[in-house]
Amino acid sequence: MSVARFWRKIPQRYNLIGTVCKTCGRHFFPPRSFCPDCRRNGNVVEYKFKGTGTVVTHTIIRTASDQFEDLTPYALAIVQLDEGPRITAQIVCTPEDVKIGMRVKGTFRRIAADGASGVIYYGTKYVPDE
Amino acid sequence: MRDVAVIGIGCTPFGEKWGSSFRDLFVEAGTLALDDANLSGEDIDAMYVGNMSAGRFIEQEHIGALIADYSGLSTRHIPSTRVEAACASGGLSFRQAVIAVASGMEDIVVAAGVEKMTDVGTGASVDALAGAADREWEGFVGATFPGLYAMIATDYMSRYPLTREQLAQVAVKNHYNGARNPIAQFQQEITIETVLRSSLVADPLRLFDCSPITDGAAAVIVAPFDRAREFTDTPIRVLASEQASDTITLHDRRDISTLDATVAAGQRAFKTARITPKEIDLVEVHDCFTIAEICAIEDLGFCKKGEAGMLTMEGVTALNGDLPVNTSGGLKACGHPVGATGIKQVYEIVTQLRGDAKGRQIDGAKIGMTHNVGGTGATVAVHIFGV
Repeated sequence: MSVARFWRKIPQRYNLIGTVCKTCGRHFFPPRSFCPDCRRNGNVVEYKFKGTGTVVTHTIIRTASDQFEDLTPYALAIVQLDEGPRITAQIVCTPEDVKIGMRVKGTFRRIAADGASGVIYYGTKYVPDE
Repeated sequence: MRDVAVIGIGCTPFGEKWGSSFRDLFVEAGTLALDDANLSGEDIDAMYVGNMSAGRFIEQEHIGALIADYSGLSTRHIPSTRVEAACASGGLSFRQAVIAVASGMEDIVVAAGVEKMTDVGTGASVDALAGAADREWEGFVGATFPGLYAMIATDYMSRYPLTREQLAQVAVKNHYNGARNPIAQFQQEITIETVLRSSLVADPLRLFDCSPITDGAAAVIVAPFDRAREFTDTPIRVLASEQASDTITLHDRRDISTLDATVAAGQRAFKTARITPKEIDLVEVHDCFTIAEICAIEDLGFCKKGEAGMLTMEGVTALNGDLPVNTSGGLKACGHPVGATGIKQVYEIVTQLRGDAKGRQIDGAKIGMTHNVGGTGATVAVHIFGV
């Protein structure tokens, strides 16, 4: 991923900045600037997600792409954030301990790197919150 | 709209074709299809080619023109168009050809699909395939394709009584069929133990739950039904050609374990063909992973949600069952050269409806269906065929 492509999404990846429609209360992550429900009557503003949520489903990745191969095995899950949107994320704990319904919270982590001398990508992983 | 028929089919053997290039593969499939329809290159009005990622796999774009050129058609300057929808590229390529003929714009149209995957290593291949999901919000955090389908399996197994053995039986059944298909990548039968003893790829999915990395190409030729008998004694009528889309990410779906795009495309196809699921004699579904076949059987309306594992174990979907599923061996055993898969499904159904599927023939098959999925269900193409 190029530097600009990563840099442009830093507010979302580091700080979970999404949006909320003040007309209907629906939250968006990744952010949308146009509410699909309210359309022209929507009033969409920036919103920082709390970073807490619940595991909806999960797996343990044992064969990964080259960028992630040194992390295997790692837990991957779909997390429903408390404000509503769902995201895909890694869960940082013993992979076998992840369960459906488990409470998790966001934490700032190194995600991957472009080789030994390339860009290091940071972002949000999740840890058990129980 | 005009009725459309398939008048010629061709398919390379699927596998790890170290000696064959991307160009070799599609020329071989195209030549077989033309021979089958007793046509020559001069008869072709247009071409569509399904290809997911030649850019990543062989660093080659501009596939439409390349294929027309190496098929010897450059001096005829026919329109040749690449169609891309990840693993559903072939299904959409076929649909574009059907639309071109049905509309009256063209008469004789080639729908092809090709993928040359083994010129890059496994890691690069896994990463290219991850492009079928959302690169920014799935691939970026370490989601792989098996990982996404594994999360469907975890969700499904927490809500419905699907056992690990029932899931394995999907692969066992498809290998049994593949062993009876001369173009299949895997020609060996396996047992449930083979699946359960294979290494975990993404829990609960094991190596034998996953379709392989494959090189291959397939091509079919469509024409107006009214003209079909000029070329073949056994034209196969296209009864429905439907397509649907959904969210690109798995996590944004209404229901993790239901592919709503499959439901939508399936319902539209049955309506267009004016038939019910009970009238389908056999179906090729998109079993990129064993759990995908379970979901497909249910989401197409052949049984209720939660029942497909049991039906698979009872043999309902086997060659001698009431609803044979993936007589070709499916993606699991026949192989999955992503862009070619949707066309290979058409190749298999036409072979069966012609009565030419030696060793795996479904006797008296009159109506067949294909179901081709892109990504984790963001694109689905469904076709119904009849003799």
